[in-house]
Amino acid sequence: MSQSTDAPAIAESPAATDYDALSEDVREMEEGSAATLGTQTPLRRFLSDFAESPLAVGGFVVFVLVALLAVFANVIAPQNPYDLMQLSILDGNLPPGAPSANFGTYLLGTDDQGRDMLSAIMFGLRMSLAVGAGSTVIALAIGLSVGLMAAYFGGWLDTIIMRIVDIQLSFPAILIALILLSILGKGVDKVLIALVAVQWAYYARTVRGTALVERRREYIEAAQCLALPTRRVVFRHLLPNCLPPLIVVATVQVAHAIALEATLSFLGIGVPITEPSLGLLIANGFEYMLSGQYWISFFPGVALLVTIVSINLVGDQLRDVLNPRLRR
Amino acid sequence: MLVYFIRRLTQSVVVVFLMAAIVFLGVYAIGNPIDVLINPEADQAERAAAIARLGLDKPLWEQFGIFLGNALQGDLGTSFVHGTSALTLILDRFPATFELAVAAMLMAILVGIPLGVIAGLYPDRAVGRIIMGGSILGFSLPTFWVGLMLIMVFAVFLGWLPAAGRGDTVDLAGVPVSFLTWDGLSHLFLPALNLALFKTSLVIRLARAGTREVMLQDYIKFARAKGLTKRRVVGVHVMKNIMIPVVTVLGLELGSVIAFAVVTETVFAWPGIGKLLIDSIGNLDRPVVVAYLMLTVFLFIVINFAVDVLYSILDPRVRLSDTKG
Repeated sequence: MSQSTDAPAIAESPAATDYDALSEDVREMEEGSAATLGTQTPLRRFLSDFAESPLAVGGFVVFVLVALLAVFANVIAPQNPYDLMQLSILDGNLPPGAPSANFGTYLLGTDDQGRDMLSAIMFGLRMSLAVGAGSTVIALAIGLSVGLMAAYFGGWLDTIIMRIVDIQLSFPAILIALILLSILGKGVDKVLIALVAVQWAYYARTVRGTALVERRREYIEAAQCLALPTRRVVFRHLLPNCLPPLIVVATVQVAHAIALEATLSFLGIGVPITEPSLGLLIANGFEYMLSGQYWISFFPGVALLVTIVSINLVGDQLRDVLNPRLRR
Repeated sequence: MLVYFIRRLTQSVVVVFLMAAIVFLGVYAIGNPIDVLINPEADQAERAAAIARLGLDKPLWEQFGIFLGNALQGDLGTSFVHGTSALTLILDRFPATFELAVAAMLMAILVGIPLGVIAGLYPDRAVGRIIMGGSILGFSLPTFWVGLMLIMVFAVFLGWLPAAGRGDTVDLAGVPVSFLTWDGLSHLFLPALNLALFKTSLVIRLARAGTREVMLQDYIKFARAKGLTKRRVVGVHVMKNIMIPVVTVLGLELGSVIAFAVVTETVFAWPGIGKLLIDSIGNLDRPVVVAYLMLTVFLFIVINFAVDVLYSILDPRVRLSDTKG
């Protein structure tokens, strides 16, 4: 462990931890004690703890690269795979490395329509990441509000909300998604709805658990004594302190959402054929795999895998770093 | 005990009712039920007759009552594609799914427990780390992708095992099963392996955590002090104590294996209820979809109810905290 990480060991006394938890309203009142904390900010400490695992840093770097590929797909991709003018059906089902009439080579081969797989993967990644991250953000917002309400107000509201969460979590995610999608039909928006419906309960449960503990801490009492409005106490004081476990759950859930979306699209009940995600690309290549033309399914699968594993590596390390019980 | 039982039963009934309402409203209110429930190839007179027969001219709540009443009598509609009762169609396919699920569970136990115990005994050695790394991969790889890779390697490139279907079946008590013929077994192996992957990772984790905990107990120290061989300490004393959580979790997971079979069955063209569901969604065969969803949800509620009641018998704290709250 480097020199710089020795400081938090001193700061780990109960009083100092509580100081970390203090929000700005209360912090203003205790300006004097700030000097005892030293120069290291929580963010710095977090970053140095995170960097301790080379595997997690590697995962993070890979994920950033994947995300960049997806975001700038229309700039970097050698071909726009959904512009039919650029496709030549004569180039269909070419193996990786085959030369192209229009540009360099088809590095990862082509599909049955003569589409460059590398370009198709970049555009597919874009769809997969957008649906995965989008559904996570919406589900997080819903789960967060519901969970905070349940914990802060308690009583019958808490009972009802948590009953619903319990019941929903007793069914596997894929079953809930199947129910919703067979009712709603295909479409990007519908997949988004299904993924949000599947995920919100995890966040609600996580937030409620943390918030119930945090609610009894002194800083909430202090904020209430200042006669701050409930809204401010909940969102400015309680919420920020419930975030660490939520960040861990959210990271892992993005990977789950991407995998679930790919599965649903593979089954043919996810995104429509006009806006394929990685799952649908894999499904399209499935029939050709049986005749040995593996690349149409194989490479989108590798892209999916790299994305999911890199997110999980980051999530694993976040869990260790943000878990207060494991703090060194 | 009785109070807990009744509360839990009431809750299950309410959930069944709610799920029926969601599926009903989904099919009848969001979509146009006439398009959904009547064969698009029907002519005008058939349509009118079908509307009257299905009661689609009645108010919504009354229709819901009829739907519930029929469902309780086991009538979940008639398949457009097959022309037979949706329920019979599903029950006919169920043995195939059940066989696959049981085979996957057995594989998960037979592979997962030894690996988990080894990882628990040597958590710091390379072998333990490799097993844990493998189980993390097992958790993060999407099932359908692993299924494709299995087909690619074992069916296409190596040509060792068949890629699709169920193979030869023999009747066992009137139900066709695959595992009694050599051909059927070779068809069963890859799908079962695919479905078992996730559960194997779960069993490895449970067995590893259990082994690490049990190895620190006094009775293990005593058994070793007594001079028992390592094989006996691990095989008897450790094994017996880690089986409890493993068996509980696997019992709970049987339902989710049946739900996840949808993916594996689609990849391997295994003729079970999961493939039936996906085919029916593709064919717009809504009565079969509704019947599948209702049955699976019902199955889950029954499993959850049974597990909760068993738990409350085994561990009184569960029911005490629940009756108070």
